[in-house]
Amino acid sequence: MATSDPFGQFGRPAKRRQTKSRMPLHDGSRVAVVGAGPSGSMFSYFLLNMAESIGLELELDLYEARQFCHGGPASCNHCGGVVSESLVQRLATEGIPLPDDVVQRGLDAYTMHMDVGNADIATPLRESRIAGVYRGNGPRDSEPRDTHSFDGYLQRLANEKGARSVRRLVTSVRADGDAMQVGCADGSRASYDLVALACGVNSRLLGSLDGLAEAHEPPGLKTTFICEFRLGRDVIRQTLGQAMHVFLLDIPGLKFAALVPKGDYATFVLLGREPNEELLERFFASEEFRSCFPGGVVPRHVCHCYPRINIRSTRPPYGDRLVMIGDSGSTRLYKDGIGAAYRTAKAGARTAVFHGVSAEDFRQYYAPVCRKIDRDNQVGKLVFWVGGLIQRAGFARRGVMHMIDAEQAQTAAPRRMSGVLWDMFSGSAPYTDIFLRTLQPAFIGSLAWHLVAGNLPSARHAARRAPTGGPE
Amino acid sequence: MAALGREYADREVIVRQGEPGHCMYVVQEGRVEAIAESDGREMRLRTMGPNDFFGEMALFGTELRSCTIRALGKARVLTVDKKSFLAGIQEDPSLAFRVVKVMSQRIRDLTARLAEYQMKQ
Repeated sequence: MATSDPFGQFGRPAKRRQTKSRMPLHDGSRVAVVGAGPSGSMFSYFLLNMAESIGLELELDLYEARQFCHGGPASCNHCGGVVSESLVQRLATEGIPLPDDVVQRGLDAYTMHMDVGNADIATPLRESRIAGVYRGNGPRDSEPRDTHSFDGYLQRLANEKGARSVRRLVTSVRADGDAMQVGCADGSRASYDLVALACGVNSRLLGSLDGLAEAHEPPGLKTTFICEFRLGRDVIRQTLGQAMHVFLLDIPGLKFAALVPKGDYATFVLLGREPNEELLERFFASEEFRSCFPGGVVPRHVCHCYPRINIRSTRPPYGDRLVMIGDSGSTRLYKDGIGAAYRTAKAGARTAVFHGVSAEDFRQYYAPVCRKIDRDNQVGKLVFWVGGLIQRAGFARRGVMHMIDAEQAQTAAPRRMSGVLWDMFSGSAPYTDIFLRTLQPAFIGSLAWHLVAGNLPSARHAARRAPTGGPE
Repeated sequence: MAALGREYADREVIVRQGEPGHCMYVVQEGRVEAIAESDGREMRLRTMGPNDFFGEMALFGTELRSCTIRALGKARVLTVDKKSFLAGIQEDPSLAFRVVKVMSQRIRDLTARLAEYQMKQ
């Protein structure tokens, strides 16, 4: 088999010494991918694409018990369904466009709601650069339209590259001599040279991997709340527009919440210490949230769930002939989980094709990508902690809002706070970049000035008199 | 409403020859044409459709745009920022592979056209 990397012409860090793997893939090697969410399908796509580029013939089975053509829980993957600006651009560069029937709504702005006012922050160039998608095929009882699931689209791309879809529920993954054995709920078993686990964090499979990876520690989890509001396209155009709405409200236990318009629906995501009934009732009753709906009345949601998200990576996310990708392995804190799925899927595929599938191969070539995500998440925790302080301090909220208003009023002015908040809530930039930007003297100086200016009696009076309006 | 990118009207200029460029573009819908302008005359270099990209030279240098790109009918185009692209290839050099592959094909096409032109001379 070929071991050279045709992409190596673009350079690799010198400290990475290429050594011969003790477990390379070869012609006819069999690969199982468990889960056809974004990480599983993208891993399959990139693995087969890279293998093809060096003339390596692989057999790949993509296990997924669900079909993404149905609406409601049968095909839903319990996610806010936002494809970040940076991922949209990377996929476009890869030659993977997001078709119109997959993008439920292109978003070109976000609106930040606080008790001291609202602020609309547009994307650079006033272009729709964020995609609101459905991981399944829409909420429960949604009318069939000419739209398609994001996960279904990626699965189709993997199938077109040669992945064979297997509609079975995987219940066990075990080491079996020099191979891995995948067992299914129907009693069937099959052996593989490599298993990629892309089953998310809501699967029981992750809890049964003891012994496969040394000192295996499952991911840390947090519960969120997601629901869907049916509003109709016309109402959405008049109220929410093409903006993602983010809420930074001083409600105990609330971290943040967002409302994402999609087709006839709006997806609501809430992240808090413990998203219970009391927190939800208090949030739904807030004036800032009610003002997003016609007549200030929050409609009944058509479906809801309490999915868990990964807030600490699986350690280690690999073993001999085993790699965990997407949420099953390492993902970004709170934001851009689909972007992290893309990064880990591609890194895992690159390692398997060009280096090998031993734990050592994954440690050397796959783990650095996961570590980079983890390190950035540590900074992300700090960023969200500071965000929490601002959320709870009225004078800080007024200062931030004053700074955003000033930036948005002058088209030529540097958008320091707008840019920081845009990247923080859209997941478009690493948290480390965001944090470093807030340490720049110009940012600190400007914020200090707006903290004073925004809290002057005249500014507070003006803010009370002039809350911003909706999109139309 | 559901689509990504920005819409351009028929014959609207997306990129103008001689202006500085800071991003690449990917056609999402419709067609665009690449035009070389010289002494008030125009020559069409190529047309591009969905999934084709242009303006990629701006990602690798600071030169001015080498040609004008104009919408042929209604077209929708997505921008790829230079900063985002360069940050991407730091982590994953293979991200540049498709861009380099297409640039290489374009050099091959231009070489063939130049040879053909010289033969006619």
